[in-house]
Amino acid sequence: METIFYTYQDFYTHTKGVLYLLMFAALFGVALFWKFLSGKDDAEKM
Amino acid sequence: MSDKAAIGVKTWFTPFNVVSGFIIIVGIVLSILRFTMGLGAVTNLSNDNPWGLWIGFDLFVGVALAAGGYVTSAAVYLLGMKKYHSAVRPAVLTGFIGYALVVFALTYDVGRPWRLPYPFLIQQGTTSLLFEVAGCVALYLTVLFLEFMPAPLEWLGLKKVRELAVRLTLALTVVGVVLSTLHQSSLGAIFLIAPSKLHPLWYSPYLPVFFFISSIAAGLSMVIFESTLSHHYFADKMDETHLNENEGVTLGFGKAASFVLAGYFMIKVMGIAGGDNWRLLGTSYGLWFLVELLGFVALPSFLYAVGVRNRDLKLIKWTAVWTVLGIVVNRLNVTLIAFNWQLPSDQRYFPHWMEIATSVFIVTIGIVVFRFIVTKMPIFYEHSDYKDIH
Repeated sequence: METIFYTYQDFYTHTKGVLYLLMFAALFGVALFWKFLSGKDDAEKM
Repeated sequence: MSDKAAIGVKTWFTPFNVVSGFIIIVGIVLSILRFTMGLGAVTNLSNDNPWGLWIGFDLFVGVALAAGGYVTSAAVYLLGMKKYHSAVRPAVLTGFIGYALVVFALTYDVGRPWRLPYPFLIQQGTTSLLFEVAGCVALYLTVLFLEFMPAPLEWLGLKKVRELAVRLTLALTVVGVVLSTLHQSSLGAIFLIAPSKLHPLWYSPYLPVFFFISSIAAGLSMVIFESTLSHHYFADKMDETHLNENEGVTLGFGKAASFVLAGYFMIKVMGIAGGDNWRLLGTSYGLWFLVELLGFVALPSFLYAVGVRNRDLKLIKWTAVWTVLGIVVNRLNVTLIAFNWQLPSDQRYFPHWMEIATSVFIVTIGIVVFRFIVTKMPIFYEHSDYKDIH
């Protein structure tokens, strides 16, 4: 369902809120992806 | 006909020479048509669509794919990754030819090549992003020329001048990275002026960041792609160091490309969120956007990662081809397909066959020049007079 925004304030509150959640997820995502990418390298070094 | 003459004829008429020769002859005819009869004679450009394939492909794709030069030299000379040293010269050469062809192709689009210096000498449009792009491309082409100089100077045996050129390497690398950061992002920033013309899924205030980050992935993939082709066709020109380092270059660049593409995927998703454009993903343009985002960004990122983990060079090389194709798709989406998307279909732009043939002609010139240089100059091997001097 499409969200209706009556003011720019509403729009930015909504989009910035979603962006902060996504950035939080991305921080974990990047760390996990790097672990997946380098997993075998690290295992070989040990 | 004597045997010697027969051998000479046989050598010249190779499949490569015949095909490239044919394309170049057609290209010369089209060039004469374009420069004598104007854009209307060879293109489908109009007042609604003043930018077409020559800008979308030759310039935007060309600049992105030529990013291998600054990416590789930054990795080796700024980050100290000497194990990739053998990849520098081919990458710089590819970048130099790429940028030279961008400028060459630009003369076809703007016409009157003798007026190319006008933005600097006659009328400076200092508030325009195009002015900045023009300045950066002109300067960076000069930088790439100077970075490439040691190879022809070694070939010509000019030791003292070569010494001077080599001393400039670090400074040139720094300047090259700065200029590339500026103009790669500015090419995306150009579209910030047209929010109503570019489809909302591709339009974003982060466009300059998208263009810059994707150019790094393009550069890394292009180095792998170029190295794969070179190993197939010019293996006899390579010395042992170059052959031995190839596996490390493919794995290292594949790993970097995987990580950069993963980051690029994340900021692209944030671009959708920033504009609250989720609902548009269900439209026909949305599906095409998802093909680009999932098929040409997320998929290659994952495939690169699997290839690197399993040391599967073949998978990494095919993924590089796929990523290069993805960059072509992205730049054409922004410049042509998702641009002017609201116009009725009869007013939309589709390139004339002569525009496509001219682009093929320009790419062919690049391949011929690359082939000439790598067969004559020390690109894939170290010159015997300068072994182990870095």
